[in-house]
Amino acid sequence: MEDLLAARLQMALSLGFHIIFACIGMTMPVLMAYSEWRWLRTGRQEYLDLAKAWSRGVALFFAVGAVSGTVLSFELGLLFPGFMRHAGAIIGMPFSWEGTAFFVEAIALGVFLYGWDRLNKWVHWASGVVVGISGVLSGIFGVSANAWMNSPVGFTWQNGRAENIDPVAAMFNDAWLSQALHMTLAAFVATAFAVAGVHALLLLKNPQNRFHRQAVRIALSFGAVTALLQPLSGDFSAKDVAERQPAKLAALEGLYQTSQPADLIVGGIPNDKEERVDYAIHIPGALSYLAHGDFDAEVTGLDQFAKENRPPVLITHVAFQIMVAIGMLLALAGLLFLLFSWRWQHLLSHKRWLLFIGLLTPLGFLAVEAGWTVTEVGRQPWIIYNVMRTKDAVSPMPGLQYSLYTIVAVYLLLTFLLVWLMQRQVATVQKFYPSARNPND
Amino acid sequence: MLLTIIFILGVSFILYTVLGGADFGAGIVETFAGKRGEKTISKALAPVWEANHVWLILAIVILFTGFPLVYAAISTALHIPLMVVLIGIILRGSFFTFRHYDIGEEGSHTYYTAVFKVSSFITPFFLGITLGAMILGRISLEITGTFYEQYIWPWLNGFCVVMGVFSTVLFGYIASVFLIGETVHSPERYRYIRLSKRFLVGTFVMGIVVFVVAEFEDHPLFYEFFSSWPSLAAFAGVVLLIPLVFYLVNHPQAVYLRLAIGAQVGLIMVGWFAIQYPILVYERQGNHLTFYNTQAPEATLYQLLIALFVGLLLVIPCFFFLYKVFKPAEANENATTQ
Repeated sequence: MEDLLAARLQMALSLGFHIIFACIGMTMPVLMAYSEWRWLRTGRQEYLDLAKAWSRGVALFFAVGAVSGTVLSFELGLLFPGFMRHAGAIIGMPFSWEGTAFFVEAIALGVFLYGWDRLNKWVHWASGVVVGISGVLSGIFGVSANAWMNSPVGFTWQNGRAENIDPVAAMFNDAWLSQALHMTLAAFVATAFAVAGVHALLLLKNPQNRFHRQAVRIALSFGAVTALLQPLSGDFSAKDVAERQPAKLAALEGLYQTSQPADLIVGGIPNDKEERVDYAIHIPGALSYLAHGDFDAEVTGLDQFAKENRPPVLITHVAFQIMVAIGMLLALAGLLFLLFSWRWQHLLSHKRWLLFIGLLTPLGFLAVEAGWTVTEVGRQPWIIYNVMRTKDAVSPMPGLQYSLYTIVAVYLLLTFLLVWLMQRQVATVQKFYPSARNPND
Repeated sequence: MLLTIIFILGVSFILYTVLGGADFGAGIVETFAGKRGEKTISKALAPVWEANHVWLILAIVILFTGFPLVYAAISTALHIPLMVVLIGIILRGSFFTFRHYDIGEEGSHTYYTAVFKVSSFITPFFLGITLGAMILGRISLEITGTFYEQYIWPWLNGFCVVMGVFSTVLFGYIASVFLIGETVHSPERYRYIRLSKRFLVGTFVMGIVVFVVAEFEDHPLFYEFFSSWPSLAAFAGVVLLIPLVFYLVNHPQAVYLRLAIGAQVGLIMVGWFAIQYPILVYERQGNHLTFYNTQAPEATLYQLLIALFVGLLLVIPCFFFLYKVFKPAEANENATTQ
């Protein structure tokens, strides 16, 4: 395997692995703190049980998230030293803030997980809130560093090196707000729907169970609101990408020819040879509107870019279709949940509804992975957009594929173990938590 | 400003050695501590291990923000040992947590423990190798030689291996002293006291071996050490603290013992910094990487310093709170009997 490809795959795998744990680390503390708050206000056992049961799962995910995050801080250098040599001084700042936020998060989580019996109830609850806030902040800072790669500012590039570095401008680059917003919402949508899905499936087995019923309700409330906000944030992101990275927009939409007005190309398989998307549905003028807010606007196509500056269209376009399709489906599910909660509450415990929510379990995370694929592959061939090519940043060490194989093996093992461990946790819920028992047990 | 950042980098490195060392060392000590030791270690580490490890992330972030050339050079030349360190960090952290949280004590438990122990040995060993390679001066910034000369010879040699063993034994020492304060049960407590004495002897012997092997590998560590007053003073401090550590072993307040060993490890690091300063990586052709020739521009260092100050203002009180909530064994014991 070519070294550049091996390095890119290893980075993609490590990020794709870590991002799941980062999402859980951003969302679950908020759900736990909410549930604990409900318990403090109502005194109902199931809220306390939920907060405790969730926190056991979170401890496992957080540990893997912490170590896979440490791995990333090393891998940036192990795989792309040419990037870090120049970028370290420019984007070190969001990373140092991310580190700080993560530090606070790790300490507060330690207090939250092990302090149930040692602390005043409200102090304990506050530690959960601190975990939530610092988790979201550390996610936002991490995304800011990535946004800089898409929108590199805060320096001038002279004689092959960065001069006049302004780390503050680099951190608050043009892409960070739209990316941070989109990623934070995505974390909530994906995690909340996954949690709701798991509990919905368990509720199907024990329809009278208060524990699982409250779990579905809490998770779906967060999932519904964020899933409905996400299309708005997506629209904001699309308009931003259209301005800043027209090549990425053209690739993700599959727009080979510059058009005025431009059709929205839904689905299909991009065909690089013929420069068209096969089997796609075209919606006239819709892309012009989505990208520039005007049905007659011109949208730049890939033909405006030299072949060596185009991102891979197939992967980017397909990943984007997957992300949008799932996003729409989850937004629909969120809308139904709000409607049912408002008018038709009996439908919330209907078998078909629970099955539907159960089937959605993995989809949010699939959308997150697809979205990362869009933003990362869509930036290629650049590691720093229009400044440095990925191939010029890769480690000179030959044999990088062996690093990749090792990481693949380790992460496969961890994934397998985590799935197995979560099953074991779920299987013992009834033993440990009174409210999870059925009345007739 | 640069000096402040160097100072914080040094402090976070020392804190990682002490706190992370107690963590990794606990896995080493567990090999000698039996079933009861496993329980004590699990209970003592679970609330704090993640926070302890963030010091490493802090040191890495300071390095790649403040001294990006050093970070790029080390991660290129020492790719292989650093990869092993990473695998060790992943496996150790995950399997420790799996063991702590998984239900039941049967089959799977044995595997978690085995992986936890093995990775607790491997990680400090390869961390020591990495440090050794930074000191030894066989890293080349230019790609001139074969794969072996470029990516293996700089770290796979007598000196680096001995440095690896030294770090492993040192971590064992830190952990066994740390664990003394986590137990009230006397036979177990005596076992840690006995272990800490053995590890101390081991650390001392390995320290001497490091110097001897350095001579064989043509690295004048002896000369550099004896021509540096701060190093000699630090060494004197380390030796003078030994009787204090063994007096404090029987003191009911574990915190004094921990401070004493923290000071001891800190002094070992200070002695080493004093020899090295301002060099971070010795280079084969003599183009050593120092704090001064690799520092990031002024604007970056300034922002980094702000982030570090705000960060430490937030983190340090949290840390005290964490350690206060999870006091060592004796303190808890007293609190419940009163």
